[in-house]
Amino acid sequence: MRTAAAERIDAIWRIESARLIAGLARIVRDVGLAEDLAHDALVTALERWPESGIPDNPGAWLMTTAKRRAIDLLRRNKLRDQKYEEYGRGAELYTVQDVENALDGGIGDDLLRLIFTTCHPSLSQEARVALTLRLLGGLTIEEIAQAYLVAESTIAQRIVRAKRTLSAGKVPFEAPEGVELAERLSSVLEVVYLMFNEGYAASSGSSWIRPLLCQEALRLGRILAEIAPGEPEVHGLVALMEIQSSRFKARVSGSGELILLMDQNRALWDQLLIRRGLTALERARRQGRPLGPYALQAAIAACHAEARTAQETDWARIAALYEALSRVMPSPIVELNRAVAIAMAFGPAFGLQLVDALASESALQDYHLLPSVRGDLLVKLGRMEEARSEFERAASLARNVPERELLLQRAADLGTDGT
Amino acid sequence: MRFMMIVKATEDTEAGVMPSQELVEAMQRYNEELVKAGVLLAADGLMASSNAIRISYPEPGGKPKITDGPFTEVKEIIAGYTLIEVKSREEAIEWAMRMPDPHGHGAGQIELRQVFDPMDLSGNPETKAKEAALREQLEQINNG
Repeated sequence: MRTAAAERIDAIWRIESARLIAGLARIVRDVGLAEDLAHDALVTALERWPESGIPDNPGAWLMTTAKRRAIDLLRRNKLRDQKYEEYGRGAELYTVQDVENALDGGIGDDLLRLIFTTCHPSLSQEARVALTLRLLGGLTIEEIAQAYLVAESTIAQRIVRAKRTLSAGKVPFEAPEGVELAERLSSVLEVVYLMFNEGYAASSGSSWIRPLLCQEALRLGRILAEIAPGEPEVHGLVALMEIQSSRFKARVSGSGELILLMDQNRALWDQLLIRRGLTALERARRQGRPLGPYALQAAIAACHAEARTAQETDWARIAALYEALSRVMPSPIVELNRAVAIAMAFGPAFGLQLVDALASESALQDYHLLPSVRGDLLVKLGRMEEARSEFERAASLARNVPERELLLQRAADLGTDGT
Repeated sequence: MRFMMIVKATEDTEAGVMPSQELVEAMQRYNEELVKAGVLLAADGLMASSNAIRISYPEPGGKPKITDGPFTEVKEIIAGYTLIEVKSREEAIEWAMRMPDPHGHGAGQIELRQVFDPMDLSGNPETKAKEAALREQLEQINNG
């Protein structure tokens, strides 16, 4: 059983740790060491605060304490540590004033440096996710392990190795600039969206897995929007996640089955999150640059969010947005979605033409949604026999049982004689 | 999980007395902190109860009774709210403790309430047991 004090430590860690680690990493140039120092400071605080009372600015208190420890540590390791010279200079360069700046104005930049470091390309995808959840999200190893359904030791190792890789590779604690920025930013956004999708998929597969990852990804996205406000794709990603999250309560039935977007009870959509999503999308547009893949996907999600009923969906607009999306992110899956939107907007025959053109795409050969979409369109065109065999084919390709059953049911509903 | 920090009304808020510049600035700083931490969902201040109404149902199945404001029991009136999304009750408490004293003259009161969410199963003992069992299984697989 965890004690109340331990839970309090977690809560303060959660609120303060990212800022502390980011500020300290700028001084000591090593995220692993920065994390240790931040943690030591927190433990000291928890020993002292019960007697002395909580200071007015706990963050500043923790930062000052951690910085003092950093300097002590560097002095003690004077002879052993080759980095002493660097640190020693660092310790003198950074005065109390700097520490205060690190807590106020400069903290956004430090946080940005930290997330660029935890999402560094020298780390594997899963290491990036784990390290970001730990250092930016302030999650415990236990929570990360729970969210990914892996052993705690696995996550702990992953994080230790990631920190070692960063140290060994002498990855500078800096935010990239110029041409590098776009590429590195897309790596950061990818990590956040990966996290979100992992949570989104898990919460549908077995509904009792809590959507912690979705919430965490959304929180990281909201933080990014504050520290990198000039990047339209950051707002685009936030918008996309806010709007997708708004459907949480509507997308799973009481018995745990997935409910498709068009069949969802829109009264269950979270209007607060939709409003936040639309505001974020507006911020993306206001940057005055062409919309990127996340903002375009968010714009599509927004079309659904703004339709009060499924019938009111503006499919022509969605088709146009998919076309724009296919230009910035060419993919046969985007094309398939565009075909669906075209069919909804202009009739199934137009959609079918596009779907048939995709039949030769090698990437879609084993993709169950291609025959499933084709089956749908054939039903609408009254070609029941062909539709039935498409649903059967889709069922044979489906990746999970509920999906397969749904498709077989649709085939069976069409009857053996195709009526 | 979501929590609502509810700021209770005072004689001043009910009388339409504006808070001091200092308090307004402290509140702004606090809200900015919440935004930067990615936890703020919404925050609003409410007007005094003088233009409010209350609808009550004194008779079961009967007609509603409408009472015009202002209302007298000041401490039972809400003056504003801040809705946050956090990971734990403890985190919500930490944030609530950091909200500036909303009145500053001895009458400030904040109430922290958790928003009911049927999707949030994290507090459910059955869920926790299931998770623990599954993780134990995984540890065994990973270790052996």
